[in-house]
Amino acid sequence: MKKAYTAPYIERNSAGNLNKYAHTTVVRHQDNIDGISIKSLVAEHGTPLFVFSERQIRRSYRRLQDTIRIHYPLAEITWSYKTNYLGAICNIFHQEGASAEVVSGMEYEMARRNGIPGEKIYFNGPSKRYSDLQRAVSEGAMIHIDHLEEMYLLEKIADELSLKPKVAIRLNMDTGIVPLWTRFGFNYENGEAYRTVQRLVSGGKLLLSGLHTHIGTFILDPNAYYLAASKMLAFAQTIKENFSIVVDYIDLGGGFASSNTLIDQYTPGELVSPSFEQYAEAIGTAFNASFFVKEHHPRLILETGRVLVDDAGYLIASVLGKKNLPTGERAVILDAGVNINITAWWYKQRVMPTKPFPGSYQNTAFYGPLCMNIDVIRSAMPFPDLYYGDTVLITPVGAYNVTQWMQFIEYRPNVCLITETGKVEVIREKEDITDMTAREYIPEHLRQI
Amino acid sequence: MQNLNLSHLNITVAVSGLKTGDNPQPGVPVIRSIRTAGFKGKIVGFVYDAMESGIYLDCIADEVYQMPYPSTGAEPFLMRLDYILSKTKIDVIIPTLDSEVPIYIRLEKELKERGIHTFLPTEEQFNLRDKIKLAQFFPPKGIDIPKTHILQSADGITKLKDELEFPVIVKGRLYEAYKASNISEAYKHFNDLAAKWGLPIILQEIIDGDEFNIVIVGDGKGKCLGMVPQRKLVITDKGKGFGGVVVKNPSLESYAEKVIAALSWRGPCELEIIKGEDGKFYLIEINPRFPAWVRLAEGSGQNQPAATVLLALGEKLDTLPAFRPGTLFIRHAEDLISDISLLGDISVNGELIRTKEEK
Amino acid sequence: MNTDQLMTLAVNKNGFIFDPENGISYTVNETGLFILQQMQKGQQEQEIIASLCEEYEVLPDQVRSDLEHYCAMLKSLNLVED
Repeated sequence: MKKAYTAPYIERNSAGNLNKYAHTTVVRHQDNIDGISIKSLVAEHGTPLFVFSERQIRRSYRRLQDTIRIHYPLAEITWSYKTNYLGAICNIFHQEGASAEVVSGMEYEMARRNGIPGEKIYFNGPSKRYSDLQRAVSEGAMIHIDHLEEMYLLEKIADELSLKPKVAIRLNMDTGIVPLWTRFGFNYENGEAYRTVQRLVSGGKLLLSGLHTHIGTFILDPNAYYLAASKMLAFAQTIKENFSIVVDYIDLGGGFASSNTLIDQYTPGELVSPSFEQYAEAIGTAFNASFFVKEHHPRLILETGRVLVDDAGYLIASVLGKKNLPTGERAVILDAGVNINITAWWYKQRVMPTKPFPGSYQNTAFYGPLCMNIDVIRSAMPFPDLYYGDTVLITPVGAYNVTQWMQFIEYRPNVCLITETGKVEVIREKEDITDMTAREYIPEHLRQI
Repeated sequence: MQNLNLSHLNITVAVSGLKTGDNPQPGVPVIRSIRTAGFKGKIVGFVYDAMESGIYLDCIADEVYQMPYPSTGAEPFLMRLDYILSKTKIDVIIPTLDSEVPIYIRLEKELKERGIHTFLPTEEQFNLRDKIKLAQFFPPKGIDIPKTHILQSADGITKLKDELEFPVIVKGRLYEAYKASNISEAYKHFNDLAAKWGLPIILQEIIDGDEFNIVIVGDGKGKCLGMVPQRKLVITDKGKGFGGVVVKNPSLESYAEKVIAALSWRGPCELEIIKGEDGKFYLIEINPRFPAWVRLAEGSGQNQPAATVLLALGEKLDTLPAFRPGTLFIRHAEDLISDISLLGDISVNGELIRTKEEK
Repeated sequence: MNTDQLMTLAVNKNGFIFDPENGISYTVNETGLFILQQMQKGQQEQEIIASLCEEYEVLPDQVRSDLEHYCAMLKSLNLVED
């Protein structure tokens, strides 16, 4: 019987790089997603390939909803379209009961196309156009005002349509975290938010139904939500006392962290990202201590998309080549780069082998297929031997990639969903040259070369 | 009360961080203190690098194992731990490095299932003492903090330039702090620290005054089971204390008690406190583990590492014996003589099993 | 390929390599060690590939590219010369 083979390597020893575990392995492999073998997925649909797990999406939605409702029963989740607006993914959330949270006319159209009625849409964002607002108001959507021009437009539309639009104003505030997102909405601390409500009420054309905030992104400190909720509820009480208006909901926006690890973060995400329970407790504590809540029971709305879908998304990529870097690290070139996996710029994602392997490994960096130095999927990490055609599994990639991906240098790949019954459905077909050129026009004089 | 005696324990204790030298880790002194308490069981050293000098010391660790860096995550850590458990049982682990404390806190359940005990703070306690939270949590509780800025980008330094009074201290999120005398030094330290330990970077005003360091074991309910304050007498050019003396200062002690009570801190920690020229105490930092000078606690009559072993095992301890003010420590560096083959063993095998000498 | 430099190395059976001339040490894995030993015996590329395939569960094509990578590493560490 011949011995198991691993690729030969040699490394120069120096203090600081002497960290090895001989022949014991510390890298786990994953050869399937929800019981479907990666080999069969690749054989059927090629690489790169995005794969989403319906089971995992539903499970995290239910877990978040259950957890937050233990602390505050009137909590609701609205699906943040920008996180992932593939129709199949959105509809999983809508089937679970989520309303839609959109930030542009385009996303509004997507939600309506998915069959979500206007009154189940929360319309956020700083860039709502006149025609967007007109449609949203006439269909009864909740509009979250970001700046004064938007309020003036809404008043004009209210007159034109003889309707009283339901609105919330977006607040920004200090919740003890940095950076402060002061560019969106109206500032709480300096009284701008109060003056905006004053102006809104005096106009008499808009119905103030809620208060909205979105304090930041990938927030690792649950206490920030406690502070945000406390300030929003105090503000709701002020509005009630001074204007006799009782808002119907408090929307705390999104920003919960997934298990990803921020690129500049030393400790891995799985060890620092708060649990649903920690976020829910922080928010629940603020709600349950509030006099406004005791009297009026406002709804609590969360728009936290990433934490629901990031971990349910996988990217399978194939090895195109490998080389030795002057640093002694090995570099592997994959067929998936930051063109489709843009969040590799934000996170140190997990890259896993898709089959078992003998013990030894080397520090390996993963690069994408683009001819750009910035196309780095993962900085060096211990990894076993890889050969041309081998596959690796990259995760979590479920949030923001299939919305922010670009048609740059390469076509965008197939996206599959593994259903709860174990069926593999293509939910977005890979692109070809027609997708690239369908909207192009070449003037007559440029058709001949 | 008598000093602690561990001679009755037939268990295995694992301790991490065996580097000594110019930037020493607390593992070796923690092990020495445990052995001084008469401990006869096995001591396992967890190291990250084959050149951690404690590996080469006789009578420190009976067995040494390399561990994956905490930044590689929970799974490699547990896989490695399970491998080690196949070679030796472990009853107690005392982690001594800031960067590894979170992994031991989060994995408390997994460790328990494997029969391993720790005596550590909760995640909440740990997070509240984070350098970036210090300035938010403590001042409302009547505990002063030097003026602190949390920076996400180096631009922040320029924005603060009218506000800052140089020199300032530039601190990494987990480790290292450097004095910057002007804005260009601040930029340099910012970039170096950000590259090494990530963001944010902490900029802190310098308080002139007397600096004290206190090693404490908290009971997790707000009380200090033990406390030994020292004043550094020898400070290296890297700012490390290489000599110090135990002081008796009731107002310093009650200030430290207030800090521990505010956190309900459980487990070992080190407080860095400055008594400013204005006569007020300022809390500079809380390190979530024993300091490298922890032998001074044992030497002054209060063996805190030994106490931590017992606390991890679930023993109820009352207040530890009083310390002797005037106890002095001077750190002494020494060259160990070994053979390159020992480096070969540990770096290739990732472990080193010393045959236990007959006692 | 000039492998004279390899002859001066102290190679232990676990894969720890010490160069007594300059104090530098290296770590190699099992196959890396195997190849070094063959080189020290004076085997050439083709012979090494054959020996590897005899000893290990692997095909010549796979070994060839790995061996090229490995020799590039040895060259960059100045352990062999062209």
